[in-house]
Amino acid sequence: MQEFLELLGNVVPSLLQGTVVTLQLAAVSLALGVAIGLPAGLGRVYGPRWLQRVIGVYITVFQGTPLLIQLFMVYYGLPDVGITFSRFAAAYLTLGLNSGAYQAEYLRGALQSVGEGQMTAARAIGMSKGQAIRSIILPQALRLVLPTWSNEAIAMLKYTAVVFLIAVPDLMGQAKIMAAKYFAPIAIYMIVAVFYLVLVGIAYLILRQVERRAQIPGLTGEVE
Amino acid sequence: MTTDPILRLENVHKSFGETHVLKGVSLTIQPRDVVVLVGPSGTGKSTLLRCINLLSPPTQGKIWLEEQEITAPGVNQDKVRQRIGMVFQDFNLFTHLTALGNVMVGLTRVRKMNKKEAYDLAMLELDRVGLVDRADHYPAQLSGGQKQRVAIARALGMDPHVMLFDEPTSALDPELTGEVLEVMQQLGQEGMTMMVVSHEMGFARRVASRIVFMEGGYIVEEGPPDQMFDAPRNERTREFLNKISSFEDNGQGE
Ligand SMILES: Nc1ncnc2c1ncn2[C@@H]1O[C@H](COP(=O)(O)OP(=O)(O)OP(=O)(O)O)[C@@H](O)[C@H]1O
Ligand SMILES: [Mg+2]
Repeated sequence: MQEFLELLGNVVPSLLQGTVVTLQLAAVSLALGVAIGLPAGLGRVYGPRWLQRVIGVYITVFQGTPLLIQLFMVYYGLPDVGITFSRFAAAYLTLGLNSGAYQAEYLRGALQSVGEGQMTAARAIGMSKGQAIRSIILPQALRLVLPTWSNEAIAMLKYTAVVFLIAVPDLMGQAKIMAAKYFAPIAIYMIVAVFYLVLVGIAYLILRQVERRAQIPGLTGEVE
Repeated sequence: MTTDPILRLENVHKSFGETHVLKGVSLTIQPRDVVVLVGPSGTGKSTLLRCINLLSPPTQGKIWLEEQEITAPGVNQDKVRQRIGMVFQDFNLFTHLTALGNVMVGLTRVRKMNKKEAYDLAMLELDRVGLVDRADHYPAQLSGGQKQRVAIARALGMDPHVMLFDEPTSALDPELTGEVLEVMQQLGQEGMTMMVVSHEMGFARRVASRIVFMEGGYIVEEGPPDQMFDAPRNERTREFLNKISSFEDNGQGE
């Protein structure tokens, strides 16, 4: 017990540093994912044919291949064609592009499940297609997609762990360093698992609140 | 007194691929007319309304709204739709907006009013349909009849010159149709030009200035209610109106 507490005292400062990096990675990647996924989802549904195809290919590639390979391609592959990224830039970019593909696909589903009648009614009062999408369809689709995006956000907290493989010092990266330094991999990975659990738990609680706020009264049961 | 027609259809055709739905419909509607359009299911009544407000433009033929030919190339269709209100069978209220929001959104986004103006006018329109006290309710919190009245208020907010109704009471429980028909009757009395697809024959007798009977993509016969109900020229008109009138007498009407 004494020993464990001592270990804890030794590793926690580094793990906290790693936690900050992990949170940063998750936040920036998700923001990037929204910035990519939102227009990509819209373009996939409402864009011209060629654009729908291009976005379809992007989504298929990023959903259909392992995240780790995507990361290696960006960090080790792209320099071969003269594009070089720092570790962090490569991590943000890969996670952002990956998340963007998923978010686009989820948004597509949400956009398509907003009833045809909503668009018809919006056009009938003289809205252009763009206005109708902006003021009527998208606000409803975003509410529909929110629970799925929350799950994506939570998953992202854990996906970020792959970046230690390109030596980004995130929570996982710090765990690896500490495990080697103190020769106690099992204990340390268990501590790290608890860290992830706490992060995910907090994220879950926050996102549930956001979802509740966004609920439409009467539609999914009363909000008190 | 002769007036210029508010709506004029000339030989309107509509096909969906191979399916020829409207096969040459010509119709003239004067200001303050209340035209009730009847006909068997699948005849093209909804299609005709959607042609008129260009939600699905005719494949052939011409339509004039007041002095403008709205089927001409280069016409701003969004502007045209602003002048033609439409009310749907299944309401199509914007589910994420309150009753007030449903009426306001067109005022702020399309008519570019500021919040205050839009709010005032929206409340006025909700008052017209008797729903001021439901202004902050969401569609899911309203009864069918209330939803349809909000939908009418939403359309009225755009200050339409003509209102199209596509079976506005068909999706309602029988005890809720009255409140919607009342609002429509009041609109008619205020002088709103209306074209109503409906099989509410009581309403048609009371409110319609003209009844149009459509079948198989054609207008078979049209005339004032008295003539259409009591002395139709066409055998099919008589059969059809008899049938739906007797349904209604038995309390089974839509
Ligand atoms: N978008 C479309 N694509 C293909 N066919 C269509 C489309 N819209 C309508 N139709 C066809 O046009 C015909 C007329 O349909 P419409 O809805 O106008 O009839 P209606 O007179 O309104 O009937 P109801 O009383 O059942 O509402 C139907 O055969 C229908 O299948
Ligand atoms: Mg119809």
